[in-house]
Amino acid sequence: MSRIASPDELASLRDRLASAAEGKKRVLVCSTGCLAVGARDIDTAFRDGVAAAGLEAEVEVVQTGCHGLCAMAPVAVIEPHDIVYGRNRVKYVPDVISETVQRGEVIRRFCYQRDPGMAHVDDIPFYEHQTKRVLRNVGRIDPRRIEDAIQRGGYQAAAKAITTMQPDEVVAEVKTSAIRGRGGGGFPTGLKWEICKSFPGDDRYLICNADEGDPGAFMDRALLEGDPHSVIEGMIIAAYAIEATKGFIYVRAEYPIAVRHIRIAIDQAIEAGLLGSDILGSGFSLDIEVREGAGAFVCGEETAMIASLEGERGIARSKPPYPAEKGYLDQPTIINNVETFANVPLIVGEGGAAFGESGTEGSKGTKIFALAGQVNNTGLVEVPMGATIRDIVFGVGGGMPRNREFKAVQMGGPSGGCVPAAHLDLPIDYDSLREVGAIMGSGGMIVMDNTTCIVDIARFFITFCAEESCGLCAPCRLGTVRLQEILDRICEGDGTMADLDALERLGDVVSRTSLCGLGQTAPNPVLSTLRHFRDEYEAHVIDKTCPAGVCKALVPEKEPAAAGKEA
Amino acid sequence: MGEVSVESAVDLGPALRVLDEMAPVEHGHVVPLLQAIQEAYGYLPRQVLLETATRTGIPASHLYGVATFYAQFYLAEHGRHTVRVCRGTACHVRGRQAIQDAVDEGLGIHDGETTPDRRFSLETVACLGTCFLAPVVMIDHDYFGSVNAADVPEMLEDYA
Repeated sequence: MSRIASPDELASLRDRLASAAEGKKRVLVCSTGCLAVGARDIDTAFRDGVAAAGLEAEVEVVQTGCHGLCAMAPVAVIEPHDIVYGRNRVKYVPDVISETVQRGEVIRRFCYQRDPGMAHVDDIPFYEHQTKRVLRNVGRIDPRRIEDAIQRGGYQAAAKAITTMQPDEVVAEVKTSAIRGRGGGGFPTGLKWEICKSFPGDDRYLICNADEGDPGAFMDRALLEGDPHSVIEGMIIAAYAIEATKGFIYVRAEYPIAVRHIRIAIDQAIEAGLLGSDILGSGFSLDIEVREGAGAFVCGEETAMIASLEGERGIARSKPPYPAEKGYLDQPTIINNVETFANVPLIVGEGGAAFGESGTEGSKGTKIFALAGQVNNTGLVEVPMGATIRDIVFGVGGGMPRNREFKAVQMGGPSGGCVPAAHLDLPIDYDSLREVGAIMGSGGMIVMDNTTCIVDIARFFITFCAEESCGLCAPCRLGTVRLQEILDRICEGDGTMADLDALERLGDVVSRTSLCGLGQTAPNPVLSTLRHFRDEYEAHVIDKTCPAGVCKALVPEKEPAAAGKEA
Repeated sequence: MGEVSVESAVDLGPALRVLDEMAPVEHGHVVPLLQAIQEAYGYLPRQVLLETATRTGIPASHLYGVATFYAQFYLAEHGRHTVRVCRGTACHVRGRQAIQDAVDEGLGIHDGETTPDRRFSLETVACLGTCFLAPVVMIDHDYFGSVNAADVPEMLEDYA
């Protein structure tokens, strides 16, 4: 693509691309998450089928990001009627082309719940309860074609910011929106930027935290894979606002497709004059470098991430000073999460006040959740802040498989907690979750039914944190292991009531005395389950039974296992 | 990971090319530098690390410290195929322990080990981010979703 020289050129390019695309039939094949279940072959079959039928002029097959309904993978959406087909098979693709693509007729077997009444996006309960704002382009564009992003309005907000607004005006707009960081902590983004600007520095740096390490979370993965340009656009706006000229995207190496797509997107944006030097002729320049993680969960913590970028072991540093004051190379640095950056173009585009109209009093906008575990519609979900857990698990998620009983939803990964059935109607926002002992976290929601043992889950998370502790501070290095040992004892039937008190006491100490967020939040899964499911702990300790039948040493009717202990 | 195997002479050519491409190597580039070297050799040979230290002025102790901190760096030769068993939450609640046991048994090794014939290395990973496929196993770049313990032997067979 040739260089776009001005915001006007960008706008007219968008209009040209949009009118060229009008009236085209498109088959949108998820080519990210669904690749794991044969999406590549489905895509090839559609291309071959369209060519064989001589339809290339009117039908376009597009490799897109995630459609969200991962439970039905591999998924394809057929435009213009937005018919959603899941469980696609190569041998049926010719039927889909002749009946659905050409004639608009619905084929029952590929529909949600095999119900032809639920063929269209708007008719499927999974989508009905959602509000796709940040995910608006994911599943609708080929993330490897910047033209697709531009056609849907990509980079318009960045153009507006860098050519019509002062940096401080951008900060003010983000402050007005009241958006809070989507990475877990929930710190107000605009305030963070303002604080960063209040410190003098020779250089300022911008870091996109894409080290999505929480097990059970795949929101950032989906955004980077499906719409990398909105993340880049958010970074351009942020860099302009805080007056940084160098940015990093620190992305997990476990996400090869995300790494590939973000690199392609950066190259294309530079070529189009939307990134690099003198963006859109504005005089503002930004260089973005992609760094791959190397398998350390703690690097998702901001100071550990900075250490890693500086070529050190990923060991956390004590705060204050916060990165906004002294970050990368001791310069003022802003670290925001992928989803936060993807929200920024919306805020600048529509204005902070309009953005702030959705959501709850203390938490504005929408939130993306990764819905997984014992739920029918596992997948990627975006709902307004304030939606209830019931809306998500039963409305969007379609409830539990085999109508099993809902037990809890684990929110916030190893830093979060388990929310029991009593709080199903809790409107989700940063503050309400904290009150019940969980956190928003990055947005992983793992649904658990009565086949899940809550003590085992607590042990699972503390084992994870013990393994991932960087080892610098004693409370985290030693405390997590002691907590794990106590939980091991309880799961093996050797626990005592004193152990439950010890968990609470030690958990409290580790929370209060650890150096960084990893250790400070590591006891949360233990403390929240003790709070909400004390009965189940007591069953393990007093009755020596595991009600869910998971802890092998406590399930007498089955063959006694040699060791239930994990390595 | 702390073990360093006794190596025969290693061809330094690929490492020198990496250093050349990344020159000037700064302290901040240690992680990408080690990633590039591992990409070239499949692991981080001792001789290469020592040569890298000499040529860049970055202490070998620092390179070693970084290499041993991050789970994805190997100091010993790795298997031809890498089996990654996901130990994420979704996989955990959908019975990943049985899969782990089947893989351990099928390969005769545990997490972090390599089979004597260097056909497979086995790792567990915190989360592959494909929770809708839970429980998940990844072999090289191929995903296997909704795995049953009984499927494991056949799954491994395809990787020579």
